Amino acid sequence: MTSLMSVKLSDLVVKRRGSTILGPIDLELGSEGFTVVLGPNGAGKTTLLKVLHGVERVTRGSVDWSIPAEAAREAQSYVFQNPIMLRRTVAQNLAYPLKVHGVDKATVEILIREWAERIGLADAMDRPAPRLSGGEKQKLALGRALIRKPKVLFLDEPCANLDGRATRDIEDLLLQASKDGTKIIMTTHDLGQCRRLASDVVFLLNGKVHEVGVAESFMASPRTPEARSFLNGDILV
Amino acid sequence: MNEIWAGLRAAFWLIVTFDADLIEISLRSLRVSLTALLIASAIALPFGTWLAIRRFRHRRLAIATLNALMGLPPVVVGLIVYLLLSRSGPFGVFGLLFTPTAMIIAQVIIITPLIASITHQAMRELWAEYHDLLISLNTSRRQRMLTLIWDGRRTLLTASLAGFGRAIGEVGAIMIVGGNIDHATRVLTTAIALETGKGDFALALGLGFVLIALALAVNFTMHALSKTEREGRW
Repeated sequence: MTSLMSVKLSDLVVKRRGSTILGPIDLELGSEGFTVVLGPNGAGKTTLLKVLHGVERVTRGSVDWSIPAEAAREAQSYVFQNPIMLRRTVAQNLAYPLKVHGVDKATVEILIREWAERIGLADAMDRPAPRLSGGEKQKLALGRALIRKPKVLFLDEPCANLDGRATRDIEDLLLQASKDGTKIIMTTHDLGQCRRLASDVVFLLNGKVHEVGVAESFMASPRTPEARSFLNGDILV
Repeated sequence: MNEIWAGLRAAFWLIVTFDADLIEISLRSLRVSLTALLIASAIALPFGTWLAIRRFRHRRLAIATLNALMGLPPVVVGLIVYLLLSRSGPFGVFGLLFTPTAMIIAQVIIITPLIASITHQAMRELWAEYHDLLISLNTSRRQRMLTLIWDGRRTLLTASLAGFGRAIGEVGAIMIVGGNIDHATRVLTTAIALETGKGDFALALGLGFVLIALALAVNFTMHALSKTEREGRW
């Protein structure tokens, strides 16, 4: 599967109660690869992700996907920092996005078995999802997001509260999804994770994009003093 | 104390002898209240859910009004329904006054706001939990409502049971619109009121115990059918 969705943000501003949360931003993201949105807490990473996904209103400017907006929304999935579990079983959670988009029953059955296997929850198909551990919940949320084979996957700090093993499982799934052609846009403030996963980086601070570039060169020689300070582990305010 | 024992004895004999009147009155009580519950739930569950997820002008006013309607005085509801269904009223041509249908109408009016309000409270919490996911999945408004109703079904059962409790124990409105006519509109509550008025406390108490037993039986049955307390559920 090839992702054909690039996106362009022009003069984008998000304000809430008079204060600017994000922007002004002009940014272009390609249709492939693993983009990591990097920045400290409160930099506007989650807002940027929600704006890209079309679930956050913008005050000014535009978000233009290379395909019509409605089709772009249909081809995207989103994984939240705190995974939202439907009060249903693991299998029913995996089936949910397929059912709401009218996938036939036989295909649903095949896909949920395949994905339960891939996320390591094949033995827990009938367990209530809200009772899973934090790592299992995040894996289930990721499986539920990937089961429709989205062209773009947004992830908001998916490993923020997970231990090393669960983080590795999630990262393996993400790298595989990226290899399979899904464009991934993920926020994090974990530099190690950024090094392991990113093909390109957007560095955000105080709602503004300070640097965009190829991950390797960004990590090795950041151009802006703010990015350099962040990579050095300095506290940015 | 003697009267309570006499009531228990009366209730026991009424039940073990399959008293025809008692069975007829009990079945009518159940038919009226369960029908009212079905109709009210069909209106109130989707409405309460819709109110939880929809944002519109004057929404707060609508919620406040709904909550206020929970306290509708049954006697006033009975009076209004009486006026609407009486021969000179706008629906007089249907000849519904002093029929079980009139009693069902009155009960629906009384319990719908109660069920809708409890539903709204429960669905508001569930919607807060599910909001981001369902918006992100690009679900339609109908799909959101169905998801909330399905996943919140156990809480909604509680809302419905609260409505049933109010309906089965209601006396003021159904006395006015039903008329407490023997073999036609007499139900347990109106029969209790009648027997108390006649001074037959033993029979009134007996009917009261039967009413309590019926209400409990319906509650237990609904809980058992929905497996609310089954281990491993959430």
